[in-house]
Amino acid sequence: MTTDQSPLIRIADVDKTYRRGAEEIRVLAGLSLTVQCGEFLALMGPSGSGKSTLLNLLGGLDRPTRGTVEIGGERIDALSDRRLAGWRARHVGLVFQFYNLLPVMTAERNVELPLLLTHLSKADRRKHVATALAIVGLAHRTSHYPRQLSGGEQQRVGIARAIVTDPTLLLCDEPTGDLDRKSGDEILSLLQTLNREQGKTIIMVTHDPHASSRASRTVHLDKGQLSAAAPA
Amino acid sequence: MLNWLSQISAITLANLKTLPERRGAAVAAAVGIAGVVTVLVGVLSIAEGFQRVLAVSGSPDVAIVLRSGSDAEMNSGLTHDDTRLIADAPGLARNAANLPLASAELFVVINLPKRSTGTDANVPLRGVSPAAFDVRGNLMMLEGRRFEPGKNEVIVGAGAARQFSGLDVGKTVRVGQTEWVVVGVFAAGGGVAESEIWTDAAVLQPAYHRGDTYQAVYAKLISAEAFHTFTDALTTNPQLSIKAVRQSDFYADQSTQLVGFVKGIGITIAALMAVGALFGALNTMYSSVAARTREIATLRALGFGSSPVVVSVLLESLALALAGGVLGAAGAWLAFDGHTTSTMNWQTFSQVAFAFRVSPALLVQAILWAAMIGVLGGLFPAIRAARIPIAAALRET
Repeated sequence: MTTDQSPLIRIADVDKTYRRGAEEIRVLAGLSLTVQCGEFLALMGPSGSGKSTLLNLLGGLDRPTRGTVEIGGERIDALSDRRLAGWRARHVGLVFQFYNLLPVMTAERNVELPLLLTHLSKADRRKHVATALAIVGLAHRTSHYPRQLSGGEQQRVGIARAIVTDPTLLLCDEPTGDLDRKSGDEILSLLQTLNREQGKTIIMVTHDPHASSRASRTVHLDKGQLSAAAPA
Repeated sequence: MLNWLSQISAITLANLKTLPERRGAAVAAAVGIAGVVTVLVGVLSIAEGFQRVLAVSGSPDVAIVLRSGSDAEMNSGLTHDDTRLIADAPGLARNAANLPLASAELFVVINLPKRSTGTDANVPLRGVSPAAFDVRGNLMMLEGRRFEPGKNEVIVGAGAARQFSGLDVGKTVRVGQTEWVVVGVFAAGGGVAESEIWTDAAVLQPAYHRGDTYQAVYAKLISAEAFHTFTDALTTNPQLSIKAVRQSDFYADQSTQLVGFVKGIGITIAALMAVGALFGALNTMYSSVAARTREIATLRALGFGSSPVVVSVLLESLALALAGGVLGAAGAWLAFDGHTTSTMNWQTFSQVAFAFRVSPALLVQAILWAAMIGVLGGLFPAIRAARIPIAAALRET
């Protein structure tokens, strides 16, 4: 993924429509957006405005009905499912509102999961996992299962899993949505650190103005389009 | 490849570790499959047991000579002269006294009550010549002694003694106007002779008004290869109209009909039950996939491929099925192996005592059935798992 000076993300004239029976729902309507490398962007907007759909398109979890999604110079909307899965594994870290950890695995094993898609040896995988858990401040909780961790700690494990392959782009879907204010603040601080000190480009969907205030830029979505209040 | 295998192992491990949370459905599916396997093994062990009795009864170096055109002793007939010519044929083994090892025999069927039900069943009563013991070669007295030639005495095969009442040593069996004293019980290597009652042919002939006729000659050959010399000599003799078969082929043919019938029934019942078990496995695996939708979507979102997801669901289903298969096979082995009974041999219209036989090959066959149910039961849920829309499933709670 190339990052020098050029925008990391270019979304051009994207539409996304879903069918529900005979009804056609247009979630994104001709949306265009550019994100520079190293930005920490907050995506805000009311429910149903298309924030999560946009995030899914950026993560290659869904495809646009029309328009292009280019990330790091690559048209990901044109990739096959198989190549898209490989692309995700290499370039994107995903952080979920409800952490999405596998309950039967320890923190260490959960963080190791994306590394199973690489050719790293077991010893190298362990090193990477230890580094990622140390970055999120959970070096002492490696053998704990998700049920033995607080919500904030589980989200830290989720972030460790997202950064363990050292991706350029972190996509966070309401990362503080299930946390109390204190834990939420800690997670936001961690994301800021990752953005400032490690140069991660972060796109965060949130409802919370307090959370968006920690981002370097905020864009608002309404009815599938960027609202006038926040130009791209 | 290694990468692909690590994906499969990670997902499979996660799947299997959640089994305790779905233990109700998992146990139901495994028990359903165990039931199929138990029934399959149980019924087929009847066929195996029957087949084995007839298989161990036949030796390739013993020839059975019947009247030409006869398929069984029941409808065969040989004169005294026939039997003498047969005994003089080349290729026959001889004893220390240089007498040919050929036994001219009569075969009749009598009615005796079964010990288990008290109902009458057909039991073969065989009149044999003195050479019969050496021709069979594997007869051993378990109790009492051999009958004395010329007396109304019988010896009873161990299987017949077990299955029919009134055949204990010292008891008298009344057939028609004649009474026979049981003087011994014998074993015959587990073969079909153990289902028979034996007496002196010379005593049986007048009792059944057979004159000086017989139904078969059992002839011990010098070797298995001598069979052709022996048959060629007999079939080219214009004085004889006979056919000779190897004893091993004779019994193998007899088992074909019943074994085919029992196997047909066994496989039909098991197939019907397998359909039921298949739905059980499908249900379990669909609920497994449903319970793990978000986890599967998360793994897919992280970059895991769809084929490892499919394989891991199939492996989980296979593991459940194999657990059920092993359980059912072990249960069937404990319940059926060695269980003794008797059934009608339609070639002789008489009962053959045999033991159910759960052979290793049968157990392997049963486990393969279980595996097949497992794979089929996991296939559609696995495909569903692979097709989960990732974006929507990630938000499921």
